[in-house]
Amino acid sequence: MTTAPASAVARTTALTWRERVRHWMESEPVLAYLFMSPGWIILLLFMSYPFFLGIWFSLTDRMVGLPTGEFVGLRNYRELLHDRVFHLTVINTFIYGFVTVPFKLLLGLLLALLLNQVFPLRNVLRAALLLPWIVPTALSSLAWLMLYDAVLSPFSWLLKNWGLIESNIAFLGSRTNAIISLCVANIWRGTPFFAVAILAGLQAVPQELHEAAAIEGANAVQRFFAVTLPVIKGIIVITTLFSIIWTFADFQLVYVLTKGGPANSTHIFGTFAWQEGIGGAGKLGMGAAVSLYMFPVLAVLSAILLRYVRSQEA
Amino acid sequence: MVGSNRLSSRLLFLYIPLLLFTIFLLFPFYWMLIISLKPNSLLLNMRINPLILTQFTLEHYRYLFTNTDFPRWALNTAIVTFGATFLALTSSILMGYALGRFRFRGGNLAGTLVFLAYLIPPTLLFIPLSQVVARFGLYNTYWALILTYPTFLIPFASWLLMGYFRTIPRELEECAMIDGASRVQAMWRIILPLALPGVLSAFIFSFTLSWNEFLYALVFMGSGQMKTIPVGTVSDLIRADVFQWGPLMAAAMLGSVPVAVAYMFFVDQYVSGLTAGAVKG
Repeated sequence: MTTAPASAVARTTALTWRERVRHWMESEPVLAYLFMSPGWIILLLFMSYPFFLGIWFSLTDRMVGLPTGEFVGLRNYRELLHDRVFHLTVINTFIYGFVTVPFKLLLGLLLALLLNQVFPLRNVLRAALLLPWIVPTALSSLAWLMLYDAVLSPFSWLLKNWGLIESNIAFLGSRTNAIISLCVANIWRGTPFFAVAILAGLQAVPQELHEAAAIEGANAVQRFFAVTLPVIKGIIVITTLFSIIWTFADFQLVYVLTKGGPANSTHIFGTFAWQEGIGGAGKLGMGAAVSLYMFPVLAVLSAILLRYVRSQEA
Repeated sequence: MVGSNRLSSRLLFLYIPLLLFTIFLLFPFYWMLIISLKPNSLLLNMRINPLILTQFTLEHYRYLFTNTDFPRWALNTAIVTFGATFLALTSSILMGYALGRFRFRGGNLAGTLVFLAYLIPPTLLFIPLSQVVARFGLYNTYWALILTYPTFLIPFASWLLMGYFRTIPRELEECAMIDGASRVQAMWRIILPLALPGVLSAFIFSFTLSWNEFLYALVFMGSGQMKTIPVGTVSDLIRADVFQWGPLMAAAMLGSVPVAVAYMFFVDQYVSGLTAGAVKG
């Protein structure tokens, strides 16, 4: 067969070419990148790009409605360091993001331990008590806005009725009151998240170990620390870190309840950035700088979380 | 004696604490509901107990549908929610499959980046993103939210689905591929149906997060008729510190109902999604 017809040779190479394409399309790395591309395109366009654009904005005096801004170096960041409202914002964000956490964690843990018992209507209650975390925060915050109303608050009404106070409490009227009120609403929203995450973790606690410890004479508290806590420790750490990150970078609850008032004394980073960049003066550069001041804290928390998740996987 | 002891300890350590939690966590919803049904004449009368509903009216709900743009906000919210959820779910199934199934250079790095993307909050991005949205000509259109919501939906949903895809044995699709199915066919016919609980979880989560989103909706679609329910309720029903509490609470009720219903039906998917997200990362 020294003289094979030319057409047959062509067909063979055509087949191998097609096979090669098919083979290439079936190769894991190619398919992997192909499959990931829609997601990555969206993330690059609407997450990475604005992130770097934000860094650039923060170095300019760019305003809403003007095409460009002048490069001003670190002026926005420096001005913020001397801004009294920004100082309060930093303090408020740390109170709001960190001081609320032990409350959410303890209440959530307690609620999870309760819901882990056997009692009638357990599933209904488990479902109902997660609602604060499920419904739109902007809308549930409106309920809190009325609960905190200077005139109509039912809390004031009850306390007056019981003779505990003379006149209505100004829940949102002063900085101290307003911050406590914001924290309470935040604890209300966050507790169910902790409870449900921890409750799921409790399912992994070996019952035999509990019973064995009980036979050995360990009381409920001892059993909790010796048997339960080691199993749910991972969930607690991860849930806590998530909660801190989200609360630290929150917006809607504070926006609806105080809009940063009275007298700009209850802003957190998100609402202050909004007021500087969009709502009030429209100073995009300044607003971007406010947002980016969150970045170091978020980066540290994310790094801890990432390391922790990695260590749990291994 | 023993029985009554047991009962009193259950009361003290279980039922009473549970009752207190229930009051604390559900009272705002109870309040929302009674105010939305209370006639205006009773609302401001502080001499009667405000916690009890003595008469009720649907007037506030009627007002919401006839005197405000609420029906339009509901439509906007639904369009954006389904659009963003569809886009995010499609991209996430593909992304989660790639991350959970394929061995390739950069796979670990891609997984880490997705995880980190999940931790980038909207408050960090919204100011520059508003300019990106404007530059693409998307400002005050549905696309402004349909395209930006997936930035926080995709990382979560991909991570969740990656976990689900990993639990399905590789042999299943290898068998299908030996029988002549292509990789894509094996994925579509064999693996995806098995990962359906995960897809459902991701769907419920994406739906809820999109429905509830506030900041991007406020900034990118916050004017005129294009508001979503949370934004419209907060910005249009509160005018110059005059609060129309009845309609406000009625809107808060109606805006909460879809997610509450979705969640009640799928509470187990929700919880498993939550813990897959929170526990596995």
